[in-house]
This record gives sequence, C-alpha cells and structure tokens, in this order.
Amino acid sequence: MSAIQLETRLIKGRRTLWQNIVRTLKASPNSARFGMIVMLIYALCAIFAPWIAPFPEADTSAKGMLPSSWTHIMGTDQTGHDFFSRLIFAARNTIGIALITALLSFFVGSTLGITAALQRGWFDQGVSRVVDAFLAIPVLIFALMMLSVIGKGVFNLIMILALLDATRVFRLARAVALNAVVMDYVESARLRGEGTRWIVFREIVPNILPPLITEFGLRFCFVFLTIAALSFLGVGIQPPSADWGSMVAENKSLISYGYALPLYPAFAIALLTVAVNLVVDWFLQRTSGLRDGK
Amino acid sequence: MASETKRVKGDVLLEMKGIVIDGKSDDKWNPIIRGVDLTLKRGEVLGLIGESGAGKSTLGLAGMGFARPGCRITSGSIIFDGIDLIAASEEKRRGLWGSRIAYVAQSAAASFNPAHHIIDQTTETALGHGIMPRDKAEADARDLYRRLQLPNPDTIGLRFPHQVSGGQLQRAMTAMAMSCRPDLIIFDEPTTALDVTTQVEVLAAMRDIVEQFNTAAIYITHDLAVVAQMAHRIMVLRYGNLVEEAPTRTMLKQPTQAYTKSLWAVRSLAKKERSSDDIVLDVQNVSASYGNHIKVLDDVSVKIPRGRTVAVVGESGSGKSTLARAITGLLPPSTGKILFNGQALPGALKNRERDTLRRIQMIYQSADTALNPRQKVRDIIGRPLEFYLGLNGADRDRKVVELLESIELDESYIDRLPSEMSGGQKQRVSIARALAANPEVIICDEVTSALDQIVQEEILKLLMKLQADTNVTYLFITHDIATVRAIADEIVVMHKGKVVQQGLKSKVLNPPYPAYTELLLSSVPQMDPDWLTGLLKKRQSAQA
Repeated sequence: MSAIQLETRLIKGRRTLWQNIVRTLKASPNSARFGMIVMLIYALCAIFAPWIAPFPEADTSAKGMLPSSWTHIMGTDQTGHDFFSRLIFAARNTIGIALITALLSFFVGSTLGITAALQRGWFDQGVSRVVDAFLAIPVLIFALMMLSVIGKGVFNLIMILALLDATRVFRLARAVALNAVVMDYVESARLRGEGTRWIVFREIVPNILPPLITEFGLRFCFVFLTIAALSFLGVGIQPPSADWGSMVAENKSLISYGYALPLYPAFAIALLTVAVNLVVDWFLQRTSGLRDGK
Repeated sequence: MASETKRVKGDVLLEMKGIVIDGKSDDKWNPIIRGVDLTLKRGEVLGLIGESGAGKSTLGLAGMGFARPGCRITSGSIIFDGIDLIAASEEKRRGLWGSRIAYVAQSAAASFNPAHHIIDQTTETALGHGIMPRDKAEADARDLYRRLQLPNPDTIGLRFPHQVSGGQLQRAMTAMAMSCRPDLIIFDEPTTALDVTTQVEVLAAMRDIVEQFNTAAIYITHDLAVVAQMAHRIMVLRYGNLVEEAPTRTMLKQPTQAYTKSLWAVRSLAKKERSSDDIVLDVQNVSASYGNHIKVLDDVSVKIPRGRTVAVVGESGSGKSTLARAITGLLPPSTGKILFNGQALPGALKNRERDTLRRIQMIYQSADTALNPRQKVRDIIGRPLEFYLGLNGADRDRKVVELLESIELDESYIDRLPSEMSGGQKQRVSIARALAANPEVIICDEVTSALDQIVQEEILKLLMKLQADTNVTYLFITHDIATVRAIADEIVVMHKGKVVQQGLKSKVLNPPYPAYTELLLSSVPQMDPDWLTGLLKKRQSAQA
C-alpha cells in the first residue's frame, strides 16, 4: 500500500485542530465566554487605538474639563485631553507593557526553573536561594525603590517587573518540571541518548504547559495591576503616554466634586482583571480535572 | 468477648440480591455491577476474584452498604444481620462501620495517619463507638498484636506507622479492623503490595485471627493462589457479572466456565530452557551505591547469554532494579566493569555512543509513566527509528505500522494517545518502542506486574515470540516466580545487593537450594488450598 493511502486512512475519523477549538469553545461556560469577549474587545482597542479613538493620544486642542458631549463622549480632563481617546490609548500602553513584561518574565523564569529541575545540584541551590531572597521583598516596594534609583522609563519598568515576576514563575516552573523529570518517559529519552533540547521541549514542556499557561494569565493580571499602581504613584508610564493608573491619579481629586472621570480607568482595570481570571479559572478546571464535586 | 459465644456458625449474615451499581464517567452513568447475588454465612470467608475493572472492590464495598464517590447503588437489596443497609439512614450505617463491619485496604501505609501512634489508631474505633474504656481497649489491642504474631506486641503500638515494616503495618491494620470484633471484615487486596516472603506471614496471621473470632470475611484479590489459601468459597467476577461460584476446592479442581479455566491456565505457561555460551553482556564484580554510603550492589557478577532470557528475582530492595540502572549507565558502578560483546561499556550514560545505546533498550513496569502522555503512538515508536536509523516521513510511518503489526496491534493505533489505550496495549507500545531500535538486549523491569493475569500471559507470549523472531536477549527483572517459570532460561537470585545464586532455571528451581532461594521459592503461593497450612507446619517443625 502506498504511503499516501495510509496517510489518508489514518487521518480519517480524527478531528482537526480547528474542529477541536470550536468544540472546546462550544462547551465553555458563560463566565469564560464573557471573559474571552472582554479580552477580545480590549485587544482590539489596544491594536487599533489610532483608528478607533476620535482624537490623537496627546491632543490638547479642546478646552479642559468639558462635560460629556457628542464630540467628547466622556468629556475632557484638566489639560484638555479627550478622555475617551486617552482611555483607548491607555489600553495599548498598559496592556502592551504588561504583556511584554509577562512574556519576558516567563521566558526567564521557566528557562531557569526547568534547567534547575533538570540539573539539580549547585545550579538549583544557587538560583533557588537567590529567588528566595527576592521573594522576601514585596514587589511594589522593591519596584518603587529600583525605579527611583535607576530612573523612570518604560524600558526600566519592564526590566524590573520582569525580573521580579520571573522569581514567581521560576518557583512554579521548577516545581512542575520536577514532577515531570522523574517520569520514566524522560529517563527513557535519556537512555535513548536524546539531547537536552529534545528532553526539555518534547518530553517535559508539553506536560507542564497547562499550569504554566494558567500562571501566565494570573501573572499578566498582577503585572498589569502593579503597573497601574506604579503609574498611580507617578513612577510608572510617563506622560504624555496615556495609562489607566496615572489617569486615575491625575483626576482623583475630581471625585470629591462629583465627577465620574477617575472611575472610568479604574473600571477598565477591574474589568480586565476579572475577565482574565474568569478565563483562567475555566482553563484551570479543564486541564487539572478539578470538578466542583458534582 | 461475650459476643463470641453468641455467634452461631452457619446462619446467614449478609445477603445481597440483584445488586446493580452504576459508576459515573464522562457525565454518564454506566453499570459497573450488573445484578449480582451474594450470600455470606457467619464465619465464612468468601473470595472475590477477577481482573481489574471486574467490579470486585465495588461489590465488596457494597457489602457494607457503601458506594464510592462517583458510584451509586441503583437497585437490589443488602441485608446485613436483619438490617436493610440500603434503607438504613447514613447515620445508622456509620454506626455499623468499624464496629460490626470493618474494612482492610490494600495500602496500610496510606490508611494510617503518620502523625499518631499505632495503638491510638487501633483503639480509635472502639473508643469512638464507646464500646470499652481506654485501658481495656489498649490491653485488647496488645492481645490482638500478639495473636497476629507481631514482634514485641506490648510496645509495638507505641511506634509510629513509619517505624514498622509494610507487612507489620498491614497486620496492625487487621488489628484495627478487629478491635471491635466485627461480624464481617472486608479485605481489599491486603497483600498485593507486599513481597512474597512477607505475604506468607500476613496471610497466616489474617487467616488465623478470622478463624479465632469466627468472623465472616470477603477477601478481594486478583491472585488466585492467595484466595485459594484464604477462602472457603470463591466467586469469579467479570465485567460486573458473576461468572462462576463454587467452594474453593471444587473451583480449583473443576472450573466449569471457559473464562475461569483461562484464568487458571495462565499459571501453566512454561518454556523449555536452553543454555548458550555466547555471552552478550558480562557484568563483572560490580558495586554501586546511591550517595556515599548506601551500597545497593555489592560485588555483583552476572553473565547474560545471547538470545536467552535471564530472570533476576528478589524482593524489593534486593538491588535488582539497580543492576538494570548500572547496565544502562544511569548509575555508573563504583567498582567493577560491564562487558558488552566483549568490550567494556563506559560507566556513565553520556560517554556511551549512540549505537551502543541503541543495542541496549529498556521496558518499564508502568507504561503509564513510561509513555509520554502528550505523544501519539506514531511519535513514541517513530522516534527511535528517526533517532537511530534516520528514518523520516512515510518510511518511518511504514516501519511504525510494521512494528505495530509485530506487537499484534493494527495500524489504526498509530494516531492514538496513551490515554486512549488499555494497560496491555500501552505495554505493547512500550515493547514496540524498544524493538524499534533493533536492540541486542532488552531489559524488562517488572513489565507484567502492573497487568492482569490474562494480559500478563499475552505479553509474555508476545515477548517469547519476539525473541524467537529476532534472537533478542532479555534481562527480565521480576519478583513473580510464576513469570520466571514461564519465560526464563537462566535465573539470578538477588538478596540485599548480592547475587545469592545464578544458573539454569532447572538448577535454581530444584533442590538443593541456598537458604534464601528456598525461603523465596517456598513463599510463592500455590494453587493448592492446603499449601499455606502445609508450609507453616513445615516451617514450625524446622524451627523446633
């Protein structure tokens, strides 16, 4: 029989990746769907901000403190920025930076974590103790201190937060990788003579991916909240870039005069956090086999 | 105790009729037990046997009116000593559990709380049910320890669970079950996790105490020889149905059903031994240790002839798996050397050449952990082909299908994940993965011990067929003497890191034996209901 015949026969009856995705989404609970829709809207806002927002990011042509109208849906702030446009651009800045930071921390943290689990010995001991030392210091305070020492700026912000978060990722990656490296299939690959790359990427990573992806969602939330907090304190994303944390900070006094202005960015932060958590919960339940005792 | 005199042998204690139990999987209820009747008289021991998934544990637990989480008893009646257990309230049933119906689980280590003394846990039920005061309960526990022949019965209760051996803990668990002098004990595979030499003592102690107190028991196991020692009557279950039921002796002599006969036949598998002078693997004076102190291999020398099967036997901790690790290079020997085809093998794995690695393959006990759950059969079997032989794409797939055929699976399995196969099929895939490298030696580490007897037989037959086809050499590590009889040419007996004896099967399995070999061989349960009694008598007279 020819190989092609064999191929088609074997594939028949199995679902494609796309069919699997559709099937999974159809079975998802409403909370997760809500979360995914919210995340999608945020992502679209972030990507297409210049086209969606009615005014440019740093436009101050309007008067300050205008009430909401058809031109300025949410009115303008003290310096005359269109608040709605700022809100949309802020999605780009905050989410973008949080995403880059989370990705970076994952790259560093899981690389070190898996290596530590594989190597054990002095490497594991060394990295683990350094990480323990970092974990003893509260993230926000440490970040505040570092930013005031080495200076504000997006690059520094990303680097510091990524480093701090990498310590958390390291702990998790090391723990789950330790469970995987003792498996017979890893030993079997080693006996076969496979190199480290194969063992890590083909044998270990596929088996520890679910908890890592879940952690990624949560890490993203934390980074994003930390950035908002740092911006609120004035050391995060710097003007004229729009950002939810600093938008709350700049307009916080207005709330005493009955303006809703600082609530919009605060709500934007809260909604995204809830949405990500809903999706992560669902994913965690699917992959860990946790059921609510039903 | 007073209640001992009340008990009359012969009247019905437990009557279960038309039991149907459903289990939930994938949000659907499927029947696990499909209408089974069971009656048990006072003082009678009933053996429940069957393969895993036959429903024997589920049925046994139903005998105490209990359904595991995810199971429900949908119909039938369970009458225990005049009490309808299904109609009874949860509270009433809980009152019976522990005091009148007790349960002994497979893993004593998992059932004991590691933070409390053994005696506190033994007396817990009696105190909890308010049956007797503490000092009396403790005196009674010590008496039970004595009857179960535990060493130092007066003080052993003051130890923590981790301070006694597995066999002792299993007996302590029996004491716990006995503490309220229940009418019924359910033993769920109580000796499966123990070594054969330990198993004998535990079996003898359990049988003895059940007899002394005239307790009825349901003994659940998959080991026919064990059940033959323990039970008065045997029920064979399969797929939740009753296959056959008869008194033990009748059942052993004249099983009527084909399925029962096939269960019996597994033990009769045997291979004629052949010797050979062509040594493929020569282990010379190898010692190895974990860390600096614990020596697990002590001056071990083993010769493995080409195309033959050498079985390494011994109890857990004897160093048989460590021998495999030394040969594969996972644990480099501290002294001694290993010759492979006359040439010394580098001690450490990383110094060995790829082609050397190819020639020595390994199959593991548990296919569940030996196969990557995220890889399809195509990749599991295909990887050695790609890695060692450089096969790719359609060539590789064709070879994978060929290998699947040689392990008697059809090509539709190529796209399956390990989770989509049964235990036996997974083990076959493991074998195919080893074969794919076209090796000279395959090390089989307890490859059949996680499998049911019928599946075991199939796997052993397959291994023998493959040996006949490819002249591959097996180093077969096992603790099961029946398996050894079935497939070995030569036997190596190991004890505490040393080789006690090595030789042809016929020589090792026949007298004269070294002392340890004799202990090991005589401890293997036979399919003869008088075996245990006879053995104990013999050992007693030898001591006297």
